Amino acid sequence: MLRDITLGQYYQTESVVHRLDCRVKLVATLVFIISLFVVDNIWGYVLAAGFLAVCIKLSNVPFKFMVRGMKSILFLMLFAMVFNLFLTPGTPLITIWKLTITMEGVVFAAKMAIRLTLLIIGSSLMTLTTTPNHLTDGLESLLNPLKKLKVPVHEVAMMMSIALRFIPILLEETDKIMKAQIARGADFESGNLIQKAKAMVPIFVPLFIAAFRRANDLAMAMEARCYRGGEGRTKMKPLIYQKRDYIAYTVLLLYLVCTVVVGRVLPI
Amino acid sequence: MALKLEHVSYIYGADTNLAIRALDDICLEIPDGQFIGLIGHTGSGKSTLVQHLNGLIEPTEGVITYDGRNIWEKDYPKKELRSNVGLVFQYPEHQLFEVDVFADVCFGPKNLGLSKAEIEERAKKALELVGLSEEFYHQSPFELSGGQKRRVAIAGVLAMQPKILVLDEPTAGLDPKGRDEILGQIAHLQKETGISVVLVSHSMEDVANYVDRIIVMNHGKVLFDDAPKEVFKHVKELEEVGLAAPQVTYILHQLKKCGFDVDTQATTIKEARDTILKAMKEGRTC
Amino acid sequence: MSIIKTDHVSYDYIRHDEEGNIEGKTRAVSDVSLNVEPGQFIAILGHNGSGKSTLAKHINALLLPTEGTVFVDGNDTAKEENLWEVRQSAGMVFQNPDNQIIGQVVEEDVGFGPENMGVPTKEIWERVEESLKAVGMYAYRKHSPNKLSGGQKQRVSIAGVLAMHPKCIVLDEPTAMLDPNGRKEVIRAARALNDVEGVTVILITHYMEEVIYADQVFVMDEGKVVLQGTPREVFSKVELLKQLRLDVPQVTLLAYELQKAGLGLPDGILTAEELTEELDKLRKR
Repeated sequence: MLRDITLGQYYQTESVVHRLDCRVKLVATLVFIISLFVVDNIWGYVLAAGFLAVCIKLSNVPFKFMVRGMKSILFLMLFAMVFNLFLTPGTPLITIWKLTITMEGVVFAAKMAIRLTLLIIGSSLMTLTTTPNHLTDGLESLLNPLKKLKVPVHEVAMMMSIALRFIPILLEETDKIMKAQIARGADFESGNLIQKAKAMVPIFVPLFIAAFRRANDLAMAMEARCYRGGEGRTKMKPLIYQKRDYIAYTVLLLYLVCTVVVGRVLPI
Repeated sequence: MALKLEHVSYIYGADTNLAIRALDDICLEIPDGQFIGLIGHTGSGKSTLVQHLNGLIEPTEGVITYDGRNIWEKDYPKKELRSNVGLVFQYPEHQLFEVDVFADVCFGPKNLGLSKAEIEERAKKALELVGLSEEFYHQSPFELSGGQKRRVAIAGVLAMQPKILVLDEPTAGLDPKGRDEILGQIAHLQKETGISVVLVSHSMEDVANYVDRIIVMNHGKVLFDDAPKEVFKHVKELEEVGLAAPQVTYILHQLKKCGFDVDTQATTIKEARDTILKAMKEGRTC
Repeated sequence: MSIIKTDHVSYDYIRHDEEGNIEGKTRAVSDVSLNVEPGQFIAILGHNGSGKSTLAKHINALLLPTEGTVFVDGNDTAKEENLWEVRQSAGMVFQNPDNQIIGQVVEEDVGFGPENMGVPTKEIWERVEESLKAVGMYAYRKHSPNKLSGGQKQRVSIAGVLAMHPKCIVLDEPTAMLDPNGRKEVIRAARALNDVEGVTVILITHYMEEVIYADQVFVMDEGKVVLQGTPREVFSKVELLKQLRLDVPQVTLLAYELQKAGLGLPDGILTAEELTEELDKLRKR
């Protein structure tokens, strides 16, 4: 079950989207997220969804893969929706016991669901088509100006990339520890919330120990290979914009203008 | 009280296009009191098989019965099954979590809902079986050596008092002496308690010295299931699936080729020594 | 000139209590002096906790000696200014294949070392290619390390070190977590590096079969080198090795048992061929 989380995992295949410069993809993701919050009507969302659909099609990543990644955050989304549904003040529609569903609440919750869904699929498209190392490079390069302000850009980028690399390994480890404790009669399913939380101790203790052991090993392996921060480092895959990247930027700009016009300016 | 697998198959990711058949039509029986070696290279399906034995994985096809009852029928008491079929994972010391050795070993029996007296008695017995004396009881498991930690972990499963004990590569990462000690201890406790032991390994030498029966897995299928001597006759087939007969077998085959009248079925150093000595004596008389 | 030289090296692990005061010391390496000539294949044997891994970490300046000096290619590892040169000349491969691969794609991982060293981009690619070819992993250059077998992961790690163009590679129990096939793969790769590329190899292991091809074997116990010599010399000491929680290859053990039973075999037989030959001689006598 833990293997189903596909968020952040690189999907190896050949496509235009994979070949794009990672900076373009980062900027595009950012622009896409912004566009989702600028848009205020149905046509804007249609446009955004259409744009995303085209990108997914171009990426050669099976759609199934992204939907499977969604499952893990479904609960969070439902929670946020229910919250908004009941707690937005406005014209009351139905009242159940002490809770009132308002017209505004319904609209807001629906918008939120659409936004979140698009946002998650959009950003997972980026991580699915970009290797963490690329992602790091891209982030580092985009945030480079901050170095002047003494922000440890390289270090943060490296930390992120390592975290991403170890997510699948730690998930697998969790799975293994859980199974081992189940084999010793542990029960993670029944009982109330407190009992369930207590039952997690036999998982978390070994998991943390394992994580620290890995971190220690990895730090040593990096040092042994002459790692000493970003200073004086060269790049195996330096970032150089290609023609397709400029085209992508142009398309992106067009998209942004269109969504703003359609989603904000045009009346419904 | 046998565990029986009938035509068991398991497919990973059955609903995706990446489906992999990890187990393919496995038929096995694990009776009482047998010492079994389960051998196969990485990816042969042996780890998947092992997780079927105590109901951690549900087979895609086929039936698994314990004591005649299907373990996947509704309301089957899984906890009872897991206490009857104890499973020790690879590197089991990585699952220790309690503050002291004794408490960690008590975890299993505690989950079975036994009385405090019974829990402690079982823990003591289990620790005794793996050769850890009372001075270890109140040490933190994290301060012990690798081999000792592993014994604690094995005791943790033994304290469930299983009828069948399954160990997934219990010697991985240990030094030669540590390997011998753990295997010796397992052989000893098998004799002492009369339970069945399934030893998963990829080392033929480990297995050859101890077990009554060897199951060889390849591509999710059972390739051989027989007494060690019978299995090791198939040197060629074993090599084809990325395994090897014990080194002693190779030496004896080599000797036979050069005209020594040795018994190539010997699998342990002792047996090999005896047959070579015999051959040398006879060689001299004629 | 020797490539690795340790001169009366000792190392103490210092334990601290909760306030940070020194609580006790454990001597992990004790007065070790050894010399490794360029191009040699060296094996260091020892049971778990014998100090062999601690010694290995000195060669890469991951640890600095409490007493004594370590020289790598003539550079004192304790001198700050030598650090990067030492780490570049003596590469290191560790035990756990999962905990030393940094890249998400095989080729990116192999390029990590040269990137750190500031090698120009074009040359990084050349180095990555030749290193992956040297360990037979070139076909997997675009793969994710998570999908490889243990033996393949270790070969990638070796390539990662090789791409730094080291003079010497220290393999710290590279096969301890692998299955027999993976072990063979890794040892084959290590031997090829030594034979073909002329890289000095220091293999740390507790698998006896892996050391029979070594030029020189050092056996460690309680932080000291207690036995050294050619594999034949070392393996002729069956009883001593057993006392040291070690073993000998099965053939050697069998020959030893036969010897004990009264057959006049020589000490330290290492292969089945040798044993057959010697038994043949005895028979004809």
